[in-house]
Amino acid sequence: MSVTAQAGVIAVDKPKSLWRRNFRRYGLPGIGAAIIVLWVLVAIFAPLLTPYTPELVDVTKRLQPPSQLHWLGTDMLGRDVLTRLIFGARISLFTGIVVVLVAAVFGTLVGGIAAYARGKTEEVVMRITDLVLCFPPIILALAIAAALGIGATNTIIAMLVVWWPKFARLARSMIIVQRSQEYVEAAVVVGYSPARILLRHIIPNSVGPLIVLVTLDVGNAIITFAGLSFLGLGVVPPTPEWGSMVSEGRELIEQWWVATFPGLAILSIVLGFNFMGDGVRDWLDPKSRRW
Amino acid sequence: MPRYIVSRLGLAVVMALLATLVIFLIANTVPGDPALAQLGDLAASNPDFLKAFRAKWALDEPLWTRYFIFLKELAHGDLGMSIASQRPVLDDIKNYAPATIELATVGFLLSAVIGVPLGVIAAVRRDSWVDHVARFVSLIGVSSPTFWLAFIMLAIFYGELQIAPGPGRLDPIAFAPPNVTGLFLIDSIFAGDWNTFRDALAHLVLPSIVLAAATLGLITRTTRASVLECMHQDYVRVARAKGLSERKIVMRHILPNALIPVVTLGGLAYANLLTGAVMTETIFSWPGLGRYTFRSAAALDFPAIMGITLVVAVTYLIINLLIDISYALLDPRVIR
Repeated sequence: MSVTAQAGVIAVDKPKSLWRRNFRRYGLPGIGAAIIVLWVLVAIFAPLLTPYTPELVDVTKRLQPPSQLHWLGTDMLGRDVLTRLIFGARISLFTGIVVVLVAAVFGTLVGGIAAYARGKTEEVVMRITDLVLCFPPIILALAIAAALGIGATNTIIAMLVVWWPKFARLARSMIIVQRSQEYVEAAVVVGYSPARILLRHIIPNSVGPLIVLVTLDVGNAIITFAGLSFLGLGVVPPTPEWGSMVSEGRELIEQWWVATFPGLAILSIVLGFNFMGDGVRDWLDPKSRRW
Repeated sequence: MPRYIVSRLGLAVVMALLATLVIFLIANTVPGDPALAQLGDLAASNPDFLKAFRAKWALDEPLWTRYFIFLKELAHGDLGMSIASQRPVLDDIKNYAPATIELATVGFLLSAVIGVPLGVIAAVRRDSWVDHVARFVSLIGVSSPTFWLAFIMLAIFYGELQIAPGPGRLDPIAFAPPNVTGLFLIDSIFAGDWNTFRDALAHLVLPSIVLAAATLGLITRTTRASVLECMHQDYVRVARAKGLSERKIVMRHILPNALIPVVTLGGLAYANLLTGAVMTETIFSWPGLGRYTFRSAAALDFPAIMGITLVVAVTYLIINLLIDISYALLDPRVIR
């Protein structure tokens, strides 16, 4: 009680600190959300934003530095870097969001079923997740993606295989807490089916931390996909993708613009998701003392 | 305690074997054909050649037979031959591991030496400029794609300013020190060869900074959160009431308690660096396990992939075990 009173006094005494606290609470998550919205708009309206097409090859204009005609310069084949960057937003956003959402839904269901079923089912399911989690994600994804062959779809499949266990783990730990709560007993007494209790009662009540993990994880997925593309496993060449753009420019230290700008694009979008994820966490869990 | 370790070890061995089975099944149920990936178009169009190749590597045996061949050889300490390099997988791994161990250790130490104090100061001086700087550094570190950061570092410090050496472990004209541990820093000290030592150290600077960046963010974040958590505990109030200096409270009472989650995350991060520095090693032409992994995966070199899997799984299990043991050292209550 005394703490609240004190905080109130400080806020009255120093309006500046209130402003600062509001910035802490809404500022960075706001900036994060703004960055994401901006990239989503860029991805949707890509063809309207540039006079060039991303695959247009013009060898006479290769490796031109940034100029008024080509704001971010041109690459080895004379393609406009800004145009490829704009179109690249599509695949990065799409893969990042799809991988995390599908993994989250699947992982939550698996973890939920395990926690709710208990006994042998739980034991087997959790040992399987342990097994997947004992590989560094990039190496497992690399092996699977290489075996499946190059292509965005295959890379997404490879990432999904690696991605779901952490959601299964989190969901299970959340649900173990929930399943002994009184409202679950009440639902059992009323005679609801286990599926209904799990989907309609338990999961909605444990969704907070899952949302936090989803938001923070999209950035992670975008970086991983770009990394696999960088290694030549993501998209099939002329498709514009940020990771493969960095890869195309990695030998060109003199022509720094080819690799630098796509990397900045990845950095900005990942920062956006991280800012927003932190905000969502503070909002859903006011007790957390993280940044 | 010994019983605890033994039971953990037993479980660890089972998990490592299961891990190879998983990779084996993945590798064999997907469409890629190692014979085609290895031979190239001309040779693969010749059916006799294909058949001989498959027979040589036992690719035409049934799935389970092949897995048992792998297990039998493993029991003899043999990981099989790499299809791509035509050398025993174990030799390849022994050959590439020291470069990775050296890089990962230096990178990890760098991130721990900076990250832990930064996190502690950020927590103690919450909302001060140090806190904001720490937050900024850790967010940038976590959000930068490694492969891009590596490029930027090379472009600035090697290409533009020319104050750092280029890719590789040593200058192209330099000789490696006599092989004792395979770690160039240590071997050159053994040989008393200070020029090589300086050269090896200079070549480690850029890649270890790149490796440290992401881990630094993680360690700073965890340390800060954990210290903040501990600062409000009763024993801290007691220590303060006893009149201990602020410095003593932080160093003797808060830090040991706050380090437990940091050790867990730090340990896993180290395991990750030991096994997963694929990007950094590729860009810096670092002859380590990461690059070997990437090349084996790209060539569908199954014996090599299985060997790496085993090494990765074992590394993770050992590090997890060390983490658990260090809990017991940090917090005596764990053993009971």
